[in-house]
Amino acid sequence: MNVASLSAGIAATVPLAEAQTVPSASEIVDCAITVNGREYALTLDPRITLLDLLRERLHLTGAKKGCDHGQCGACTVLSGGTRINSCLSLAVTHNGDFITTIEGLARNGDLHPLQAAFIEHDGFQCGYCTPGQICSAAGLLNEVRGRAKPLDDAEIRERMSGNICRCGAYPNIVAAIKAVRGRVAG
Amino acid sequence: MKAFAYARPSTTDEAIATFSSSSGAKFLGGGTNLIDLMKMGVEQPSTLIDITRLPLATIEEHAGGIRIGAMVRNSTVAEHPLVRDRYPVLSQAILAGASPQLRNMATIGGNLMQRTRCSYFYDPTYAHCNKRLPGSGCDAIDGYNRMHAILGASDQCIATNPGDMAVALMALDARIQVLGPQGPRSRLAGDFFRLPGDTPNIDTNLRPGELITAVDLPPIDWATGGHYLKVRDRNSYAFALISVAAVVGLDSNGSIRRAQLALGGVAHMPWRVPDAERVLIGQTPGDGAFRDVAEALLKGAKPYAHNRFKVELVRRSIARALEAASTRA
Ligand SMILES: Cc1cc2nc3c(=O)[nH]c(=O)nc-3n(C[C@H](O)[C@H](O)[C@H](O)COP(=O)(O)OP(=O)(O)OC[C@H]3O[C@@H](n4cnc5c(N)ncnc54)[C@H](O)[C@@H]3O)c2cc1C
Ligand code: SF4
Ligand code: FES
Ligand code: FES
Repeated sequence: MNVASLSAGIAATVPLAEAQTVPSASEIVDCAITVNGREYALTLDPRITLLDLLRERLHLTGAKKGCDHGQCGACTVLSGGTRINSCLSLAVTHNGDFITTIEGLARNGDLHPLQAAFIEHDGFQCGYCTPGQICSAAGLLNEVRGRAKPLDDAEIRERMSGNICRCGAYPNIVAAIKAVRGRVAG
Repeated sequence: MKAFAYARPSTTDEAIATFSSSSGAKFLGGGTNLIDLMKMGVEQPSTLIDITRLPLATIEEHAGGIRIGAMVRNSTVAEHPLVRDRYPVLSQAILAGASPQLRNMATIGGNLMQRTRCSYFYDPTYAHCNKRLPGSGCDAIDGYNRMHAILGASDQCIATNPGDMAVALMALDARIQVLGPQGPRSRLAGDFFRLPGDTPNIDTNLRPGELITAVDLPPIDWATGGHYLKVRDRNSYAFALISVAAVVGLDSNGSIRRAQLALGGVAHMPWRVPDAERVLIGQTPGDGAFRDVAEALLKGAKPYAHNRFKVELVRRSIARALEAASTRA
């Protein structure tokens, strides 16, 4: 949420930090959300999107705000292993959920296979879309887990169509995902 | 975004009671349309009633068909074996809409209720939109109207319903189950949506406070002959210029025994003309019959300055969709 939309309807004298959390007594919602394995007890203005919660309050700035309208995929995170656009999801609706962001994919200092494959296959240029691309690809692999039919390039492209890359790194993104799927599916 | 109160009821009765007790409340499904419109300032609910945890998230066999709970996510419906095997047109239509992330969030109820709209509606810096501000006029009629309706529009509004799933539900004669303060009721998809007329601010015949609880697919065994064709400006993740949901049943001689089809991207609601479908009965699938049904469906078509191409596109798309459906029948 940008400053303008956050402060809409709130007296201009209220400092922003306070406005984010304390709009008026009736509108505060208690919420427990686990992010990257850590449980947070939160008091939330229901207007806060999951993306703004992650970036502005939990300081997990990996998930990016590209469009803030569900049109680009830069904000993609996993909720219970399922990929979603965190910009169109209110944080309060995630009470009890397990969220994974790009910061939570590595294990004990080892990159997630998709992270390593994006580096190996040069799957990015400016990198802005990359956290969303990798989380989306992780969701994709969950969706096809256990399926016998191989993933060909056309299907990867279709299944990754919710992630726009302005630098046009698509061919290498497809190659990176294909390499990991090949390894995982054996 | 305007401040609102947030409620998380655990039963459908509680959800309906919460709606009745607050003026200006809205139900919240996946939020992919409602939250977006709230960010734009187009929707300004006083209370959001989060219904996503209501126990309405199952898909089961029902009365020979299938009942899909209103809270089931779009992706779950599209991938469900019963849906894929018996009603492929529905699975294809859902997968043609939005993106994987959005389909993971979007609910069946929310998808049906996504606003019929155009880009002028979405942007309040345009002053004239009868749908957003009744009586203000329509910036699209003399504006850029490439995406707009060619059928069933009024001089008040020429927006199209952007949904893909709804087009398939229309072709399948799905029934929408709702629960309201007066109890349960149901409507066929054809009576659920409405044309703009003089009240384009109202998209559907759902009454305020009514909650969609389920969608029922009828017990037809020939829906396996189904195809959804979506024509758009890019291959994926774009709204339809035109779409066609076609379901065809053939007899043992290969002639058309049953045919139901609906169009998306042409009107304020998915467009279906049952009388036009009769043209196909007894015919051999082929260009002649497909042209005839297209002409019957297009009767009264009225294109605007930038969407004349849709008329011919409808003819060709109908032929392609019916051919694909017949091959599978
Ligand atoms: C970038 C983008 C691209 C898209 N592309 C496509 C596309 O190509 N094709 C397509 O079909 N769609 C597309 N969509 C729209 C998407 O399919 C809808 O936003 C989604 O289906 C809405 O479902 P939801 O559960 O998120 O609804 P919400 O946003 O939660 O709700 C939408 C409306 O439905 C009401 N509502 C929700 N549930 C119920 C219920 N059970 N009973 C009564 N009322 C209810 C809400 O009050 C609200 O008014 C796109 C959306 C975005 C953001
Ligand atoms: S077509 Fe309908 S939604 Fe679009 S500007 Fe006109 S009145 Fe508004
Ligand atoms: S920032 Fe969420 S989709 Fe673009
Ligand atoms: S790497 Fe630059 S937007 Fe994708």
